[in-house]
Amino acid sequence: MRDMNDMAVRVRGLRKRYGGIDAVGGVDLDIPRGEVFSLLGPNGAGKTTTVEILEGHRARTAGEVSVLGVDPGRPTRGWRARLGIVPQTSNEQPELTVREMVGHFAGYYPRPRGVDEVIDAVGLTEQAGSRLTRLSGGQRRRVDVALGIVGRPELLFLDEPTTGFDPDARRRFWTLIESLAGGGTTILLTTHYLDEAETLADRVGVIVAGRVVEIGTPDQLGGRAAATARVGWLGPEGRQYIETDNPTQVVAELSRKFDGEVPELTVTRPTLEDVYLSMIGAQR
Amino acid sequence: MTTEAPHVPLPLPSPIRIGLSRGALELKSFFREKDAVVFTFSLPVIMLVIFGMIFEGDVAGTGVDFRQYFAAGIIASGVMSTTFVNLGIAIAQERDDGTLKRLYGTPLPHVAYFLGKTISALVLSVLETAILFVIGGMLFGLRPPSTPERWLTFAWVFVAGVAVCTLLGIAMSSVPRTGRGAPAALNLPYLILQFISGVFFIFGTLPAGIQQTGALFPLKWLAQGLRSALLPDTLLAAEPGRGWEHGRTALVLTAWGIAGLALCLTTFRWQRRRDR
Repeated sequence: MRDMNDMAVRVRGLRKRYGGIDAVGGVDLDIPRGEVFSLLGPNGAGKTTTVEILEGHRARTAGEVSVLGVDPGRPTRGWRARLGIVPQTSNEQPELTVREMVGHFAGYYPRPRGVDEVIDAVGLTEQAGSRLTRLSGGQRRRVDVALGIVGRPELLFLDEPTTGFDPDARRRFWTLIESLAGGGTTILLTTHYLDEAETLADRVGVIVAGRVVEIGTPDQLGGRAAATARVGWLGPEGRQYIETDNPTQVVAELSRKFDGEVPELTVTRPTLEDVYLSMIGAQR
Repeated sequence: MTTEAPHVPLPLPSPIRIGLSRGALELKSFFREKDAVVFTFSLPVIMLVIFGMIFEGDVAGTGVDFRQYFAAGIIASGVMSTTFVNLGIAIAQERDDGTLKRLYGTPLPHVAYFLGKTISALVLSVLETAILFVIGGMLFGLRPPSTPERWLTFAWVFVAGVAVCTLLGIAMSSVPRTGRGAPAALNLPYLILQFISGVFFIFGTLPAGIQQTGALFPLKWLAQGLRSALLPDTLLAAEPGRGWEHGRTALVLTAWGIAGLALCLTTFRWQRRRDR
């Protein structure tokens, strides 16, 4: 058992009711300090509602919630200074440069990161003097991230942070998140990209229809590690497959049969995406 | 990135300092938006010029040029435009575009946000008034206050007017459901008040019922207070109270200030309606 003080986030029986319908219907969640936790789920499953309750943006209907030891229903400045929030959408149009914006927000915090250091970390050094209104969507998103981390947060909320990124920008963003996590920042990430969750998260939770249906490491989720493997190769009559619990043995046999190299050999297990889709499908 | 130290409570930056920094940021952003600058400052100026060309003659039995009477009203109206109307619309739009939500998620003290808005509204009102003085002076001889006492009157009426209209603009920003509805929600009361507060017409010539209604709202008192600082006492013959009523002006503006502040503190929304 972990000590409660080791928990960055502790949620018991969280409920949020809108007009007689439970948008969040009894969520339990523990996120230890230093962990990267990813919340997955289809649109409308209650991800954003849950996260916004933890951020102190929405009031809850019932349940116990503790974020860095504080009830987010009663946010204080001191508590806010320990959080970083990258909201899902932002559409502000201030005629300000990246450096002015990041520098201004740094002034809200007791122990901010260096402005140029943050701008560099999100890869906007070249755009530091450009106004926000002149940036592309992906660059704007990186400003959001810069504003989220400039206060040196202990806990960082990232709500679909890489939407609109090109693949290269996404890779660089992942490197940034890994370095923040390496520095001890606890991160709660919601995303629609399963490769993102798989790369970054220590654990993932799947939320469907307002309930957490499973929590596990990305490689264990949904019994993925123990799942049947599928061995495929190019046989004389075309492509062939065998579903097996002993893929190594099957490959060895194939190797003997072909006397060495097996043509177009593949061994696959269900991807996180396969597991996730079957999980949300079963719940619907 | 640097290693995280365990949580040690550190002193938070002072709300005043952050408020000043927000005021500077708001002004910087405003002046870079050329359209907003032009339209904000030109509307009262255009009204001043057009009405100045239409009307002529004195306010009956006072020897005061009607255009000067009207100019004092336009200065009051200009203050309400830069504070109440523009501020209310800007905040409603900031609520819609996520600016307020982002700020709410930071350790920004709420009072610092309001302080920043007040500072920028005050600076813009001073500029607006200075422009109106220059143009009113060139076209029909409007003069700055003539004595230190009148300057003092001008100063307190102006500052109280800016403060009250700023607070009411912030409070009104929570009324429209969306940012798109904000211009209508803010302009409607502004337009009506201009008609019933002695801006477009001489207050003393309005029907009694309209005078009584107008006297319930701050614009009438702001305009009257500015007339008392800018125009000669011979004008008193046309004022319904036969006096400048500074005590009552202070009372009404203070009451609206308190009401506005109470509304800001209790009804201000950092979120769009559908986000709660």
